[in-house]
This record gives sequence, C-alpha cells and structure tokens, in this order.
Amino acid sequence: MSKKIVEQEKRAFMTGNEVVAWAALAAKADIMYGYPITPQNEIMHYWTRMAPKYEKSFLQTEDELSAGFTTIGGVMAGRKAFTATAGPGNTLMQEPMSMAEMMRLPTVVVVQQRGGPSTATVIYSQQEVTMTSIGGNGEGMRIVYSTSSHQELYDYTIKAFNTAWKYRFPTFVLGDGYQAKMRESLTLYDPEARGIELIPPEAYVGKEGVPGKDRPPAHFRNTYNMEEELYELVMDALQDYEKISPDVAEYHSAGIEDAELVIVGHGIVYRAIKAAVEAMREKGLRVGYFRPVTLRPLPVPQIKELMASNKQILLMESSYGQLARLFKDVAYGSSTKINTFFKPGMGITAEEVEAAAREILK
Amino acid sequence: MNKTTKIVLAGEGGQGVQSVAEIIAEAANEEGKQALYIPNFGVEQRGGVSVAYVQISDGDIGAPKFQTGDIVVALSDRAVRRTVNYAGPGTTFVYESGIEGIESELPQKAGRILPIPAIDVAKNEFHPRVFNIIIMGAVIGATGVIPLERAKAAVEKKLGYKFEKQPKLRDLNFKAMERGVELVAEA
Amino acid sequence: MPQSWRADTKPHKFCPGCGHGLVLKCLGQAIDELGIQGKTVFGCDIGCSLLSWDFFNLDSVQTHHGRTTPVVTGIKRARPELICIAYMGDGGGYSIGVQHLISAAARDEKITAILANNTQYAMTGGQMAPTTMPGQKTETTPYGRDPETTGFPLHGQEMVASVSREEAYVARGSIANLRQLKSFIKKALENQMKEIGFSFVEALSACPTNWRTNAAETWDFIEEKMPVYFKVGETRKNE
Repeated sequence: MSKKIVEQEKRAFMTGNEVVAWAALAAKADIMYGYPITPQNEIMHYWTRMAPKYEKSFLQTEDELSAGFTTIGGVMAGRKAFTATAGPGNTLMQEPMSMAEMMRLPTVVVVQQRGGPSTATVIYSQQEVTMTSIGGNGEGMRIVYSTSSHQELYDYTIKAFNTAWKYRFPTFVLGDGYQAKMRESLTLYDPEARGIELIPPEAYVGKEGVPGKDRPPAHFRNTYNMEEELYELVMDALQDYEKISPDVAEYHSAGIEDAELVIVGHGIVYRAIKAAVEAMREKGLRVGYFRPVTLRPLPVPQIKELMASNKQILLMESSYGQLARLFKDVAYGSSTKINTFFKPGMGITAEEVEAAAREILK
Repeated sequence: MNKTTKIVLAGEGGQGVQSVAEIIAEAANEEGKQALYIPNFGVEQRGGVSVAYVQISDGDIGAPKFQTGDIVVALSDRAVRRTVNYAGPGTTFVYESGIEGIESELPQKAGRILPIPAIDVAKNEFHPRVFNIIIMGAVIGATGVIPLERAKAAVEKKLGYKFEKQPKLRDLNFKAMERGVELVAEA
Repeated sequence: MPQSWRADTKPHKFCPGCGHGLVLKCLGQAIDELGIQGKTVFGCDIGCSLLSWDFFNLDSVQTHHGRTTPVVTGIKRARPELICIAYMGDGGGYSIGVQHLISAAARDEKITAILANNTQYAMTGGQMAPTTMPGQKTETTPYGRDPETTGFPLHGQEMVASVSREEAYVARGSIANLRQLKSFIKKALENQMKEIGFSFVEALSACPTNWRTNAAETWDFIEEKMPVYFKVGETRKNE
C-alpha cells in the first residue's frame, strides 16, 4: 500500500499542470505515458518528480500515437494509466482513442487546448472541442469534462479515472493553456477521506491462470469481417452510452428562471460569463447562464428545456462554433434564436460578455 | 458581490514582473484569499514585453484576463504602450518615472497616474537588483490587497535560502519593499 | 499442433501457402518449450497479421499501423512480469509504424517484436512495401519496382540492430528454415525472460496469393531471391 499524496486537506496555489499531476496521484493512477507538447508539459514534469516517491511509473514515448497506444496497453494490463496532450498532439491522439472507444477501454487523457489549426499558438483556445468530443473514426463514445478552474481540474481529473473505470469509455479532461499555465488557489484533498470511493482497475490481459487450460483466453480485437457483426457491437456500445448519459452529464446554471437572456459557454469562458452575469444582475438586468460541464455527453434534457423556454440565447466560446455545433444538434427543432459570439483562439473577458449581452438586450 | 482587485504588471524581460506577480498572488493565497496569476506566455516571452495579470478576491475570480485593471504598473516605454488600454477611470496607473519622453503616451483616462523613481531609488539607496522588490512594495501600497508582513513572509519563502547565507540581504529586501510602499504614498 | 495454439480456431484463416502459419508455429513451439503460456501476452497488428488475434491460447490484443509495439510496450511497462510479444508485418513495422519499432529498440524495451516480411502489403491487395524487391511487380509498381524512383528494399532488421544495445537480440530467420527460425524466436523470448533487453526477429515469409506464384516459384523467391537483399542470421546476440 503506497502512501497517500494528500494526508490532510490543504490549500494550495499552483499551476493547472501541477494540479493535474497531484490529482492523478490522489486518484491512485499507476502510470503516465507522455510526449512533450506545450502547454501540457509540466504535467509530465511534476509527475516524473513526484511519481517515484509513490511507486508510480512514467514512460516518455516517441510521439503521441505511442503515448496513446501505450496508455491503452497500461489499462489493458489492469493499471490506471493516463496521458496528456494538446493541439497537433491531440490530433495524433485520436487514433489510439478511437481504438479505446471500440474496445471500451478506460483511458484517461488530459487535454490542455492550444490555438489551432495546426501548430498555431501554444497559448490558449477552445478549438479542440470537436476533436476531443467526436474525433477519430467512430461515434464519439467518449466522456469529456470541460473544466473552468483549478479546483475543477483537481476534482474532475480524479473523477475522470472513476468515470472511465466505471463506464469503460475513454474519458477526457478538457482544459486549456490558461488553465495549464496560470496559478490559482485550490484545496487539495484525499478523495477517499471525502468519501469518494476510488474504483479499482481490472486487467483485460495477463490475468491469473493459463489461457486455454484454467480459463478461456482473453482475445481483444478491433477488426470485424461483417457489417452485421460490427453493427451489433457498435449499437450495443451506443445503447450503453445513451443509457449512462443522464448519469454522466453535468451542468451548472443560474438565474435562468426569470431571465430574458441566457448566456451559454463552457470551460474557462464560463468564468467570464458567470462574473458578467453576476455583475449585470446587480445592475438589475435579467440574465442567467447555462454551462455544460460535460461536452460529451451534453446535458440533453436541460438544454431542450432551456430551448423550449422562449428566452434569448447567447452562446460564447473561444472557437468558431465548436460548442455551438454540439449544442445546436441538441437544440434542433426549437425556434429560439441562438446568438453567437465566437473568438477562435482568444480569451473572452467578463467585460466582453457584458457588452455582448447588452447589445442583445437593448 | 465580492470585489476583485485586478492588477497588470508589465516590463522588459529581466525586470522581474513575473516573479513580483507570482509572489503577490501567493501571499494573497496565504492570506486566505482567492488569487489568480497568469503570465502572458508564448513565443512573445523572448524579447518582448513581459505582462503579468494578477487578481485577488474574497470570492470567486472570473476570467483570468480582463480589460481594465485597478492598478496597472508599467516599467518601460514599451510596457507603457502595451498597457495603456488596461487603464480606465478607476485605474491607478503606476509607471517608472525614469522613462524618458513617455508623458504624451500615458493613459489620459486613468483615474490616477503615479510616476515612481524605482530605478533611481534602487540604484542610489539599495542595489539595482532589488528593483522588483521596490515595485512589489509599490503594488502593495497602491492596492492594499495584502498586509506588508504577509508579502515579506512570501519573499522569505522564495528567497529564504539566500538570506540564510547572507542575512544582510533580508534586510535589504524588506527595506526596499517598505520604500516601494512609501513611493506610491508620496507620488 | 503446439499446445499454445487455440484448437477451436484452426484451421487458421490465412491463405494457402501463406508464411504466417509457419512463423506462428515456430512461435507456438517456442512458447511451449519455454513454458510461458500462462504469462505471455500476444499483440498483433493490422494487415494479415490481424488474422492471428484469436490464434493462440494466449491473452491477445489486436491493433493497427504498427501500433502493436506501443500497445505491448504499455503492457510491459505496467506489468513487467508479463512476457509481451508484438507481431506485425513489414508494412506496419517498417513503414507506417517504423517510429515505434525503432524507438522501442532504442529505448531497449524488454519486449519481443516479431515481423513477418513478405515484401508487400498483402491484406490491402499487394501494394509496394519498403521491402519490395527491385523489379518486383506489385499493384502500385505494375511494371516492377524501379529503385531509381522508389528506392531499394529497406534493410529493416539491420536498421533495428543499428539502434539496439549490445544486449539486445536481433536476428532474421526464414520460413525456409523453420528449425533455425524457431531457435531465433526462442532466443528472443529468452532475452526478454531474463530481462536482458529488447529482442527482434524478422521472418522472411511468403505470399503466393499476391506474388501470383506457384509452389516452386514461391520457394525460389524465398530461398534464392529474398536472401540476396535480406541476409539470414543473427545480427545482435547476447552471448
């Protein structure tokens, strides 16, 4: 039994990348596989410094394809394995995560979004929403938590391991360059001390006994010969996914009931929205916000309810409509107008949120 | 709603604005407040103006970046030009008075404009190296977001290992910080 | 039939005359002789090698594009007590996934990679591979591979050897000499069992389907033509 990283709850002030490394250790992750790309590098840096003290492992791979596929190997061996990436690295990560989707493997990937397309900036964006949520050749059977603060980065990184191992769908924590690099206050805690049960991993391969003698061999494949065979398999997985979606989906909202205008956004943009909504409320404006925490699956009933309420909607994001596409798919059929404010690859301030809201309200 | 104090620090690489920002934010966190510090990072780090954003609050902090600061500190001519747009009617704009010919470019709409001779004071009264500590004192003096003693403790935490070897340095740093507080009071 | 083979998936799914069955027979016998069936994990790749996903009474995982090397590396790093085998073709190992094979060798991963070289992409219908022989006709070199425009056959085994440590085991066998091929595979596995280092065996293999050869021509190709470019023997052996 290795010692705990956080014995007693404590306040901390650190970068988001450091938070992820602490959270992974608190979640009892066993091994990280990684490849350098800004802005996620310090996750590896902190992990490699702390992990040996807790008998945890690390492998620096030759690229993100390998980081993803070794992570797959790690979870198949029955270990809590994870990786972290960004931007063009996330593009490569789609190939292994497509395999994880097909085989229902509990991989955990932390994505710190950088600007795109291609190399672009190492700074910030919300342009990896589509890729992280529905990338790869497949059906987007993934779980994506979009965090907005260091506390959430800590909470949801821990939760991601539990979600992955409970439901066996590849699970992502979607942060961004701001969250990766900024420092802010948070409380570190031991999840078990807070009554959060950590779901233990299970081996897919390398189990006890001689295959064919003591037990059947465990054979895992991605390849199928017949349409019918694949169809059945994918439909089973999709049904599972749809069944668990109400349990997995999370959102935050406030002030919706009497609002004339509801502002929608996710991740760090939600912070600007929340601050602006609170400021406008103080000035007597009837505004509210709706923020999906999970981008896959989205909180479908709540979005449908919101869209049926005849309020104005303003959807804001640091991409050119990646959340909007997912959101509009759920909102289809509603006649409520969705106003949009897109700033691909740039941060959005509370002042901008307020100005955009006032433009609609006037 | 809780008031959040928003600070922008800008200077040339090597002027130490990032470490000042980090220490102030860390001290505020130690004080039990919510604190957020984000550097302006990216390729621009090399050879450009270094900008740091700090927010301190009793409650939740909004977006990491903002459009108008409560206090904006600019330590070079380029830094002044870079930060002019962060000044509004409620802003205290502090700048290094040793910058020549910058007067016409100062933010007209800033609530208060405070020139402080930090470079001269550092050179003549202390040591050029404590320039950034004087700036830290100025920020603390201008905002009052953290007690001076907490800031000193944060500096002790960062530089304590150096002070152990050279106790005179501790005194030098702390005095420089106090002088920074005075500079904004006098300005 | 080797004990480690899974009887209810035989006869296997490879084409008549395919070399895979022979390579996997050598592997099965080696596993039997070393008594490691209970702790071995078998990884296979895309292309014809994927047909081996249920070939053995071994825990197995199938992937694609030469990624069987990192999958198996990930398993080994997480559970070093397991014997991990990555089985692939020349397209996966020497082309699309070459970075994985080279990097595993360079990092001295304690795994065993086995690569069947049949000089072309077989499952996709017989296109040119890095290993295609000069003048050899494939679907993408219908007039024969012209080294002037498409290069010479890649010496994959030598490439792997060149980045491997002295302690590694790197060899090239052939289905033309099964006893030798089995001994190479066995030594490779022993290298892993003793935690000495990376091990790699390339096996010269046959694809009469895409080669469009009869039995005599097939054996002539393997025994006479391929060894001109692909020398059989042990390049690195820890003795």
